[in-house]
Amino acid sequence: MSHRRRISVVVNGSRHESEVEARKYLAEFLREDLGLVGTHIGCEHGVCGACTVLMDGASVRSCLVLAVQANEAEILTVEGLARDGQMHPLQEAFWEKQGLQCGYCTPGMLVRAYELLREDPDPTAEEVREGMSNNLCRCTGYQYIVEAVLDGAERMRNA
Amino acid sequence: MKPAPFHYHAPTSTGEAVELLAEFGDRGRVLAGGQSLFQLMNFRVVKPENLIDINPVTELDYIRSDNGTLAIGARTRQSTLERSREAAEWATLMVEAVKNVAHPSVRNRGTVGGSVAYADPASELPAVVLAMDGELVLTRGQGQRTLAAADFFRGPYTNACSADELLTEVRLPPWPSGTGHAFLEFQRKHGSYALMGTAVLVHLDGDSIDRVAISLCGVDETPVRAHKAEELLTGNASSEEVFEEAAEAAAPELKPLPDPKGSPEYRRKLAKVYIRRALELAVRRAKGER
Repeated sequence: MSHRRRISVVVNGSRHESEVEARKYLAEFLREDLGLVGTHIGCEHGVCGACTVLMDGASVRSCLVLAVQANEAEILTVEGLARDGQMHPLQEAFWEKQGLQCGYCTPGMLVRAYELLREDPDPTAEEVREGMSNNLCRCTGYQYIVEAVLDGAERMRNA
Repeated sequence: MKPAPFHYHAPTSTGEAVELLAEFGDRGRVLAGGQSLFQLMNFRVVKPENLIDINPVTELDYIRSDNGTLAIGARTRQSTLERSREAAEWATLMVEAVKNVAHPSVRNRGTVGGSVAYADPASELPAVVLAMDGELVLTRGQGQRTLAAADFFRGPYTNACSADELLTEVRLPPWPSGTGHAFLEFQRKHGSYALMGTAVLVHLDGDSIDRVAISLCGVDETPVRAHKAEELLTGNASSEEVFEEAAEAAAPELKPLPDPKGSPEYRRKLAKVYIRRALELAVRRAKGER
């Protein structure tokens, strides 16, 4: 009784038409059907945030949203941050401030930071800590992640 | 793909949703934000044959006040509640509590109705609904009924909805202006499940407490009211001694379930401390202090 449905989703500005099984999650659709493997799958039950993407502008755990639920939605993944081969200021900040160790949590961190700074372009370190507690880093490199987000915020304000 | 296969239904109105519920009965399951249900489905603890997704039912996405009673549509996202001016005015306690529900990305998807209907005994929103003497509107094909919160929560993860009923609205009656509120909970880490939490509303007449509500989550099979403590406080002058006495009276009544994160004794002890702290904070706010 595997139930399939046609969906139409805009991902990073491009529209994709596809037929998916109803039980396929958005994270799996992005990786397996669209080849956008930047979105990482960690815990698969909404705890770690590695699979965070923006859905119609709001961050979601893409392991807790079905692909069929993204029908007619606009998705932004980590691949959508860079423009014309230029890294996003947040990505530059993560690079320069060593905001990653193994890198597994980074796509989710970047997408969440992007949302956080859209809501508050000039957060305090405390607010960044609070806001980024949305995502887990198993290397526990939080100190540098917080510094990278603050640095990214400054770059974005000055851009 | 982790969940067992299911048939997916996406009704776009309350009417269509309850028709599907009537059709499938126990073989159907309502999908709201999915932040709890998908966890259970991924572990195959739950294997619904038919998933009835109410996310497209946008007519259940609203927050409005009607003579001060705050009406929240069941499909309203928790992040919408968090930012709602109406809610901040009429149910500040609810807004304070929802900020403790998991993390922003979860609240962007999770719904108010979903959290209430899921009836997790450790969950924040059910405790607030109980403290505020809230009402739950249940809709089925043949009409509606309204249940008091005290009659809605029946046990761990168990509510009073029958298989063909959909929770469509949460109603929170107003408290008089000048009411102080506090929601406090103990978590290992911000955003984690609470070991216990407490929701408090206090109204003062001069220095004496003329109305008080205290509810707790994480200390029994459902959210519970601390009736003994409420009785003890009502009519008394607010003082640290009386808060302590009320907290002392509440703790032995609680029946926390044993679990690896904290023994019943430990949770009772936490409850005592958190009731006292929440009373202090609510009274400070009622007096207009910060």
